[in-house]
Amino acid sequence: MNTHGTVREWGDNHKFRKGKSALVSALCVLAGILVVTPLALVFIYLVIQGAESVNGNFFTQLPKPSGELGGGMANAIVGTFTLLGIASLIGVPIGVLGAVYLAEYGGPKLNWWIRFSSDILNGVPSIIWGIVIYGLMVVPMKGYSALAGGVALGCLMIPIILRTTEEVLLLVPQGYREAALALGIARWKVILQIVIKTASKGIITALLLAFARVAGETAPLLFTALGNNFWNRNLLQPISALPLQIYSFATSAFDDYHRQAWAGALVLVTLVFVLNISVRFLTRDKA
Amino acid sequence: MSSPSTTAEQLAFDAKDVCVWYGEKQVLFNINLGVRPKSITAIIGPSGCGKSTFLRCLNRMHELVPSARLEGHITLFGDDLYAPTVDPAFVRRRVGMVFQKSNPFPTMSIQDNVVAGLRLNGIRDKAFLNEQMEKSLRLAALWDEVKDDLHKPGVSLSGGQQQRLCIARAVAMQPEVLLMDEPCSALDPMATQKIEELMQEIKRNFTIVIVTHNMQQAARCSEQTAFLFMGKLIEMDSTEKIFGNPSQQQTEDYITGRFG
Repeated sequence: MNTHGTVREWGDNHKFRKGKSALVSALCVLAGILVVTPLALVFIYLVIQGAESVNGNFFTQLPKPSGELGGGMANAIVGTFTLLGIASLIGVPIGVLGAVYLAEYGGPKLNWWIRFSSDILNGVPSIIWGIVIYGLMVVPMKGYSALAGGVALGCLMIPIILRTTEEVLLLVPQGYREAALALGIARWKVILQIVIKTASKGIITALLLAFARVAGETAPLLFTALGNNFWNRNLLQPISALPLQIYSFATSAFDDYHRQAWAGALVLVTLVFVLNISVRFLTRDKA
Repeated sequence: MSSPSTTAEQLAFDAKDVCVWYGEKQVLFNINLGVRPKSITAIIGPSGCGKSTFLRCLNRMHELVPSARLEGHITLFGDDLYAPTVDPAFVRRRVGMVFQKSNPFPTMSIQDNVVAGLRLNGIRDKAFLNEQMEKSLRLAALWDEVKDDLHKPGVSLSGGQQQRLCIARAVAMQPEVLLMDEPCSALDPMATQKIEELMQEIKRNFTIVIVTHNMQQAARCSEQTAFLFMGKLIEMDSTEKIFGNPSQQQTEDYITGRFG
């Protein structure tokens, strides 16, 4: 006789607990499936609709005038990379240097304000950025331009890069900073050569995630880059981008444009996919 | 004022009335302590007595804590370490440090770790760096174990080897003093013995100040021992005197294990 019940009772209890455990496990698996299913469906549907139109012409030719068959999105693909290039010129230095300030220099009060504002900026709908840059650049410069589009995307990147880079810098153990400072190395060299180098994989991950995030943005480009059916060789002129081209083709009345919009969507999603997979690859290597 | 230049032996460190605060809390009270050159000075005392803080005042590492404030004077071979014109980085080049937890730079190979301090202080001469690398690894009794793996990452070594790598990295800067903050507390007895042996080797050229929890270690290795308690220097004397016939009751209570 003991107060904890007999072995027999424990057995019954055990069965009940096993049942509960199985139920909750099943719910978790179900939730997991619910998360993955839409992604799989979107991707499969994109492949079905778009795969046949993703061919050599798609990557090498300009869009044909409405009504004509064929053509491609070469200018939009190049435009997307051009815009990402301009955006990174703004987003990467400001985001990374800001993160260095937060992690290495800033006092608690100012840091709190910077983090707070950055989190708010992160939550600002991206079309707002389009309107802001429209007012700040497009109107004074009297025209839509690749430059304005790049700046809009760059502004979107800043808070993303800032916060994720700060996280990885703070993950660098204090012991490395102390060891380097104790060798009489100047503070800025310690940060550049020890802290940032140690965190470099994490920083690259942060940058790639920011690229993936803004590569698919359409709204901020509507008021800034505008779109263009031809090659753009002047950054002060409107430029095309994959999301813009998809938007304008998908809302048109022509079947061939719809077909190409699907192909564009497939290429864009694949690009984002590749960026995210490289992130996984990098972070696994880190461990 | 004392006149160190006329005495037979100039002190390596001479601390006068050192008081330290973290914010409002005072952690060191009027420490007066002299460290003799080319010898090993041990600082013992229970946890939280301020021994690590005092050690960090000797190379101004305590300044990494923004709220830390120091009063008093510390000289290194007669030079005021806290004179307004003195750059803390310059102090740290003269006063090397080894930490409790070994911390080789994870992005660097064994050889790059050893010369990291020299290289990041602007020395580019390859021949000199190589010479200094081998010399430091030999001094740290690590050369024979790693000479074929100099390109491997520093963090691939065992715990004891990593700590000796950190010692090599510190002595490569050719400091005048080496501060050791409980360098063996994370190591097994064999690794500890190796480090104690190489300390005897190092002290021919450098002054060593070691903070330790391990009283046997202090008794084994050091020539002088200082006992700190609650932020105050209770007693400092030759190690035989402190462990054989201390003049303060508190010291005797501590070393005989009555508290702490």
